[in-house]
Amino acid sequence: MKVRVKFKKYGAMRFIGHLDVMRYFQKAMIRADIPIAFSEGFSPHQIMSFANPLGIGVTSEGEYFDIELQREISSKNAVKQLNDVMVEGMEVVSFRQIAEEKKKTGMAIVAGADYLSSLKQGTFPKDWKEKASTFMNQEQILIVKKTKRSEKEVNIKPMIYKFEVRDERIYMQVATGSVENLKPGLVMQAFCQYLHMDEEATSFANHRLDLYANAEVDGNRELVTLESLGSEIE
Amino acid sequence: MRKLALSDDILMTVEKPARYIGNEVNSVMKNSKEVDIRFAFAFPEQYEIGMSHLGIKILYDMFNRREDVWCERVFSPWVDLHKIMKEQNLALFALESQDPIRDFDFIGITIQFEMCYTNILQILDLGQVPLHATDRSIEDPFVIGGGPCTYNPEPLADFFDIFYIGEGETVYDELFDKYKIWKKSGKSRREFLEIAAGIEGLYVPQFYDVSYHEDGTIADFRPNNEHAQPTIKKQVVMDVTHAVYPEKPVVPFIKAVQDRVVLEIQRGCIRGCRFCQAGMIYRPTRERNVEKLKEYARNMIRNTGYEEISLSSLSSSDYSQLEELVNFLIDEFQDQSVNISLPSLRIDSFSLDVMSKVQDVRKSSVTFAPEAGSQRMRDVINKGLTEEDIIGGAGKAFDGGWTRVKLYFMLGLPTETEEDMKEIARLSDRVARRYYEIPKEERNGKCQIVASSSFFIPKPFTPLQWATMFTPEEYIRRAYIVKHEFLEQLNRKSLKYNWHEADVTMLEGAFARGDRRLCKTLEEAYRLGCLFDSWSDHYDHEKWMTAFENTGADLDFYTIRPRALDEKFPWDFIDIGVTKDFLKREWKNAMNAKVTANCREKCSGCGAGTFEGGVCIESKSKI
Repeated sequence: MKVRVKFKKYGAMRFIGHLDVMRYFQKAMIRADIPIAFSEGFSPHQIMSFANPLGIGVTSEGEYFDIELQREISSKNAVKQLNDVMVEGMEVVSFRQIAEEKKKTGMAIVAGADYLSSLKQGTFPKDWKEKASTFMNQEQILIVKKTKRSEKEVNIKPMIYKFEVRDERIYMQVATGSVENLKPGLVMQAFCQYLHMDEEATSFANHRLDLYANAEVDGNRELVTLESLGSEIE
Repeated sequence: MRKLALSDDILMTVEKPARYIGNEVNSVMKNSKEVDIRFAFAFPEQYEIGMSHLGIKILYDMFNRREDVWCERVFSPWVDLHKIMKEQNLALFALESQDPIRDFDFIGITIQFEMCYTNILQILDLGQVPLHATDRSIEDPFVIGGGPCTYNPEPLADFFDIFYIGEGETVYDELFDKYKIWKKSGKSRREFLEIAAGIEGLYVPQFYDVSYHEDGTIADFRPNNEHAQPTIKKQVVMDVTHAVYPEKPVVPFIKAVQDRVVLEIQRGCIRGCRFCQAGMIYRPTRERNVEKLKEYARNMIRNTGYEEISLSSLSSSDYSQLEELVNFLIDEFQDQSVNISLPSLRIDSFSLDVMSKVQDVRKSSVTFAPEAGSQRMRDVINKGLTEEDIIGGAGKAFDGGWTRVKLYFMLGLPTETEEDMKEIARLSDRVARRYYEIPKEERNGKCQIVASSSFFIPKPFTPLQWATMFTPEEYIRRAYIVKHEFLEQLNRKSLKYNWHEADVTMLEGAFARGDRRLCKTLEEAYRLGCLFDSWSDHYDHEKWMTAFENTGADLDFYTIRPRALDEKFPWDFIDIGVTKDFLKREWKNAMNAKVTANCREKCSGCGAGTFEGGVCIESKSKI
């Protein structure tokens, strides 16, 4: 049986990197007595795959990984057992059965994510809210993307699905996953440039809200949360 | 939610911020206002190394069982953070509360190896605690040192208020109880140190005066305070089975060096290798009850979620219930995909059988520590391992499918001749020959024999404590002799030889047998920027040599000077049970290449019998 686990990551845990979060949950499965399945072979490992890595420093209320179970356990019990062994800053939100097909799990289906970005250091110009509403009216949003080998200018506008002000923060929905992937920091960098702000003196706290799969209808993008693809185990 | 001591900006800048945030599974949180004693337990090395250490886990657990004590952890900030903390004048903090350690009651520092000494000064310096014990005021914490290096605490004497000599399980409760009374009494700092000096096993270095002969050796060492004892008795926990064991150890987020459940099966070693300090200071050998160990193993896997369990001891094969324990672990855990690792095993049919069950033969190697190439040399160091054991064990491993063998040696042992050095290469070759005796069609390609040598460092409280070291040039010359001999061997293409650096060896040797005059040199080295000296990329030999020069200390005095049999050593005031007479006898036996039986074969009257337990009474009851 395949299961999708949704969890939150906040507080000091934002400094724990992706690989260490994986190791953390592998140990948590044992502590919580979750009947997770193991791979075959000489050094068996837990069957567990994470949807999308979260950058160091970013908090989230919508992280996911999929596991395989040896035997059934109810969602309610599993969530409780896991939360009994969590540390502060890690909280399991749901534990749901998902479809068995391989291509519907883990990394493969992630298509989008949404974030809240709040100013941590520096000051916005007075008209930042108006500017936020016109930001997406630009024909192109160009940004220099640095990779290990090269630097290249890319137009990130097609990867930004939503960009708006919510309370005193920026809300955005962006392309995420193995096909296209845009980090919130890069969007905010572009926004800073649009506002003519001093990037060096500005920093943002980014918070991921959820991860989405594309339940495409007639070629139109239709983002649904990964959680909604699972169902509670009674 | 906890507030972190370091800002987001700093944490986002430094390598592995997880080293500094605490919050790990099983870390202990308490209300600082509800405890009487705040204890910062420091391991003066990188987090990943410190978190692998069993001693800190035992004491952390033991201290925190007391409601009136909150013990927290501290590690050396890595060089990147060190720089930032110095620049911004940030105070070193404990991981759990994130509070500055200068506000604690105690800073306990475990001292595991000589090359961490500059890191001890780093902890105090970044901790914003005066480096010298005598400069500390009533506002400052008491700095207490423990661990194997405190068997010669003298090169650190200036920096510690108290040294705890021996195993931590025994007198900390007494110290804490007396501290609470003292704290309420409003008495002076000195008065507390006098109270501490009255507790068995605790050494307060400022209560002693040392005078020297003209040749630099110690003339006299005696207390200058009536509360201080002329000899300090090593602390031993005799009932290891019922001693505290950390069944809920802290589980780091990042991968520690020892990233597994550790089961300490016994303390001490019956073997009596003459170079080995642990083999002497942990006498007598004491075994933990096997049923208790099974219970620990189950609980610890459940409490941590680790997928690997490892046995810990100086010589696992000598544990009398090993077979039962190992079979239990295999039965109990193999279905749960828990790996079992068994270090320090003698290679024989039993261990090979077990190893083939718990690891992939093709990927693993078997390890021998002959320590010396020739039988004569092995007799000098009392390494009870014959060539037959080595070739026979390796042969069985080859027959079982292994093709890789690691061999560990020492160079620069006392009485070592060129023949002895060359035997390292020849023995390695004989191991390879044994492999090629297997018919070609039955063997698995070539074998790989990797031999490595370190340079021997004489340590206090060993029979070889009288040995002279050599110059770095001489060490390198010896390594080259071995290297050239390797090239002469028939199977040279299957052999590989590595040796350790010589410069660090000299320094380690100096501090191992140093006296309190070296405190100045150490402080100067830290001032010059020496830090993380056990990391070859950070070790700066030039700076160290400058520190010796600037403080007028003579490295050779501590390393290559011959020591007379009746010389008064800086550590002679410590009573470890094993007597100096026994060590002298063993030194003479070493010079005559005469082997001494191990504790189970025959008692040699080393003196550890005074503790009336462990292997000492076990062998008597068998007679």
